[in-house]
Order: sequence, then C-alpha cells, then structure tokens
Amino acid sequence: MSMLEQYEPFVGRGTLDELRLLGRHLHGRRIVTVNSTAVGGGVAEILSRLVPLCHELGVDIRWDVIRGGDDFFGVTKRIHNALHGTRETFSEHDYEIFRETTQRNLADMDLDADIVFIHDPQPVGLIAARHPQRGHWLWRCHIDVSAPQADVWAFIREHVSRYDAAVFSAPQFAADLALPQAMITPSIDPLSDKNRELTEHEIDEVLHRLRLPRDKPIVTQVSRFDTLKDPVGVIAAFRRARKYNDCRLVLAGGSATDDPEGAAVLAAVHTAANADPDIHVFELPPTANLEINAIQRASTIVLQKSLKEGFGLTVSEALWKAKPVIAGAVGGIPLQVTHRYSGILTHTVEGTAFWIKQLLNAPEFAARLGQNGREHVRTNFLLTRHLRDYLLLFLFLEHRGERVIRLQ
Amino acid sequence: MANSTAHTPQPFCFSTSLSLTLLTNRRARDLAELLAHLRAVPGSVIYFHTHHFLAQHQYLSPEPPNDFAYWVTNALQEDRLGEQLAAIDLIEFRTIRALRDRIIAVIESYLDERQQLRTAPEGEEFHFREAVSFIVPTSHVAHTLAEFAACMEQIGFGSLSLHFFDARLRLETGDNDFSEWLASALGEEALGRAVAGLDPYTYTLDGLRKEVVRLVRQRLAEDPT
Repeated sequence: MSMLEQYEPFVGRGTLDELRLLGRHLHGRRIVTVNSTAVGGGVAEILSRLVPLCHELGVDIRWDVIRGGDDFFGVTKRIHNALHGTRETFSEHDYEIFRETTQRNLADMDLDADIVFIHDPQPVGLIAARHPQRGHWLWRCHIDVSAPQADVWAFIREHVSRYDAAVFSAPQFAADLALPQAMITPSIDPLSDKNRELTEHEIDEVLHRLRLPRDKPIVTQVSRFDTLKDPVGVIAAFRRARKYNDCRLVLAGGSATDDPEGAAVLAAVHTAANADPDIHVFELPPTANLEINAIQRASTIVLQKSLKEGFGLTVSEALWKAKPVIAGAVGGIPLQVTHRYSGILTHTVEGTAFWIKQLLNAPEFAARLGQNGREHVRTNFLLTRHLRDYLLLFLFLEHRGERVIRLQ
Repeated sequence: MANSTAHTPQPFCFSTSLSLTLLTNRRARDLAELLAHLRAVPGSVIYFHTHHFLAQHQYLSPEPPNDFAYWVTNALQEDRLGEQLAAIDLIEFRTIRALRDRIIAVIESYLDERQQLRTAPEGEEFHFREAVSFIVPTSHVAHTLAEFAACMEQIGFGSLSLHFFDARLRLETGDNDFSEWLASALGEEALGRAVAGLDPYTYTLDGLRKEVVRLVRQRLAEDPT
C-alpha cells in the first residue's frame, strides 16, 4: 500500500482523488523547500511526511536544509523569541553573523526552481538568490508574529517583502505586508505514534508502566511546563472540581532539566500538587509519543488551559481521540474548538472547574462534544488537508490576481 | 457544468471547489470598524465569512451560520444584533453585492439606536479573511437520473458546495446547477423546483446531500424508466 493510501480510512477516497488531481496540475514544476534542520522540531517533522507524499503525487519537490554554526543558530533562536514577543537585544555583530551564514548558504545551494518554499526566519535571506524573471518565492512563517519586537521584525520584513507570498498559521498572525498572505493551519498525522489508534492492551501497558491507575476519571493536560500553559491554574481548577467529583489529574510535559524557566514552573507545580496522590506529574522525553497517545486516550477530559498559545495543536490531538476538551480561548484554539459544540472554551480557573464538573456529570453531552471535535479535526486538521493547502498555494502563485480559478 | 439542448441531453459533469484562505490584515474591534471594513472589502471576503462554516462543519449541526453573527454574539455580546445577523436569509440573495448591502443595513440600523459601542476583548478581534476558490473537474458524470443519484451519493462535499453555493453567489449562474440541469437537460422540472426549493443553508452538507438523494430516489421510484 502506498503511503497516501494509508490515509484513505481516515479521509476517504474523494480527498485522495483531489490530491492526485492537484498533483497532476503541478506536473513539470520544480519545487525546492528549505528549512533549518532535517530532524527535530515541528517543521522537520511535517516536511518528513509531506515531501514523500508530494513525490507519490508526482510533484517534483526537493527538501534542502541550510547550514550554520552555533553562533548563527544562537542568533536565530533569539530572533525567534523576539518575533514571539520576548524582549531580546541584538548587536550589529549578530546581524552580521546572520548575513554571513546566509551568504555561505547562497553560495552552496541550488535554488533555481519554479517555486522556492522557505520556512521560518533562519533561511529567509535566501531570497537574495531570486532570479528577476523566473520562479516564485514563498515564505512560510510557523511563528506567532502578532506582537513581534519591532526592530527584529523590521530586519526580517526587509527580506519577506521581496517574496511573492507569505503563509501564516492563524488569522491574528497576519502581518503588515504588501504581498498575498495565506492562512494554512498546522495539522496532525493520524498515522504517527502520537495519534494512531491504540488497543486497550497497549493503553493499559503504558499506564501500568507510568503507575497511573484507571480506577476513576482522569483529567489531563499535556503541555510543556510553562507559565503560559497555566499548570498551576489547572491544579486549582482540578481541586475545585474534585470537591464534588472524584477524579485524577495528569499533567504531562517535557523534561525541564535543560530549561531553567521550565524547572521553576515544574517546582511550582510540585508545590501546588503538595504530594496529592490523585495528581500525577509526568516529565516525559521528546520521544514519548506513544505515552502521550495512551494518556490522552485513557482520559475522560482533556484540558488545554493556556493563557497564550501559538496554535495549540495538542487540542486537535485530543479531539482526534474524540475526547471532550476544555481549553483557553487563545491563539489558534478557537479555530479548533467552537464553544459548546466541538469543545468548551474558558477564560478562568473557575470556568474550567465548572466545566470539568459539568462534563463529568453529563457523559452523553461530553461524548457528543468529543465526537463533533473528531469530525472537525478530520475535515480541517489532518495532514492531508495540510498537503492540499500547500498544493493549492503552489497553484495560486500562478494566478495571484484571481479569486475564482478554474483548473481543467 | 451542464449545458442542455432539447434533443441531446448534455451530461452533468460534476466539478469540485477547493478553497485556499487568504488573510487580509484587516481587523475590527467594534461595530464601527466592522462596518468600515465591510464597505471596503472584496466580495470574496463576504463570501468567505458567510460560507466557510458550511465547509468546515460538514457533518455537524448547521449553526452558527455566519462569522459576523458569531463574532457579534460571542465577542461583543450584542445578542440582539447577533440574532438579526444570524437570521439574514442567505438563500434570498443572488449576488454577493446584495448580501453585503443587507449585512451593512442590519448593522447600520442597529447602530442608529445605540450611542455606545462595545469593544471586543483583546485577542478576540474580528480578522477578515478571503476565499480563493479553485474549481476542478471530477470523474463523476451523469447522463440519466439514476446515474445522477449514484453520483450524488459519491461526490465530495467540495462538489456539493460548488454546485449549490458557489453557483448561486460566486458564479451567479442561477438557483443551483443541479436544478438547472434536472429541468433543462432531463425535463424534470418538478424535481428541479423541489431541489431549488431547499434552503441549503439550513442543512449540514451531509444532510443536504441526503435530502437531494431522497428527492431523486423518490422520483425514480415513481417513474423507474
């Protein structure tokens, strides 16, 4: 079975036929996509799936990676933080490191293609290779740039404004740019270890290993230990709800050993948990996809009580498992959850506690939210939709002034 | 799309519509800003905010019908105006221009009676988006009513959406492509009228498909030839 056909049970034959048709319309185009790393991180993860699927569709796409030293990636990490709104200071030397590494990559890379598709700020300067009469250039921004640090955005914008189009993940990330900006939301892969179907035996095995009993309802939040994910607020909401409904709380996130801020938040979580035997805090390695999957599937309710959020794809992960989700109405979460329809949106600890109780006491309503959520994810947040949007975007580059485009 | 002649009925060739969303970098925090943008945006923006919900919630309950009503109700908490915007009968409109004028008129009329504007909480501003529709042919072709019913059961929601919604408002080709073809190519005028008589905005796409198939199957049962 081809890789594409493995998605048919989830999205149906019609969706795959549409992808094949779009693929045919891109025959003959040479596409190069460039990011900053071949492994690790969300962008590499998504490209490692999308590029082979494009090949199956007959789309000639080549994935290339820029090279740079620790000094370059140190600067780009701070650029990333500053675009997210964290205050950083940059010297002229920092910008010089960025320009020098860009120049070295320009000398080494073959960017002669019909479409050059660049991801995030690290390789943005490759636009200097643009041929005046040939090829379309696309910049894909995976970052929340709704409130960037002005000087850093000005530096990046100078490059971005020379592209033919930009792509952002959510409406509020739209930027002050004179070029077309597409909205393409991220996606989850139903075949990955984090999202694939698990047998009850597999779930039990993981929970046994984690010493997490299934004797009462489990309320879970999966996210890194970060104040913006409000894990201490989650504990407060859980304690309020538990007065009336016996249940367990799971807080599962990445290990915080290399992250001083994360370690401080984790310490605050342990203090708030106060060795409560019903509160389970798991520090999991980045490879613990199966464990996350099993915990989500064993949960009665999944929370994502974020105070600020990029896209918040953990919400789609939980919805795909047909779980009722209670989430903060921030970032990309309202795109994934319509209140009382495909989940619950809250703004406070009190509201979160109220809805935990409501959903524990109204399992039929909770199940309907979960089922609606799963269908919403099936239509809007699976990898095949992501692939379709990219193919449409590639085609759009040849019809930029049009809003109704007929393909034969 | 279908063309007809009296003697050699043209087949119905199903196409499908795939949509790419563009951001406009226009945002509104209150009704005055919403109104100003509504007057200035291209028709593709109005189309997006009155139709994308249909495509994104294919199997679910049909509410809420448009983004303006949803935002006014949930972000501005202006329930009365939200209800009035939700009640705009999209099926009445043959052009996006007319639909835009009605939305503007409803908001203006509401503002005439009010002095103070409510502001959306930070992070809940209205972000205007725009739809780029790609119309692409599918392999589904119907020559007869029976083939039409079989195709209807198989086509994707993009196809259903194109022939019902895009046909009316974006392409301005009449009621909907199905009714036109049933009447003009097959002479099934009563069935065409029955399909045209549906208010597609009150169904989910899945529900709409089932209703059209039911009407066609019922007609086939009456006259299997």
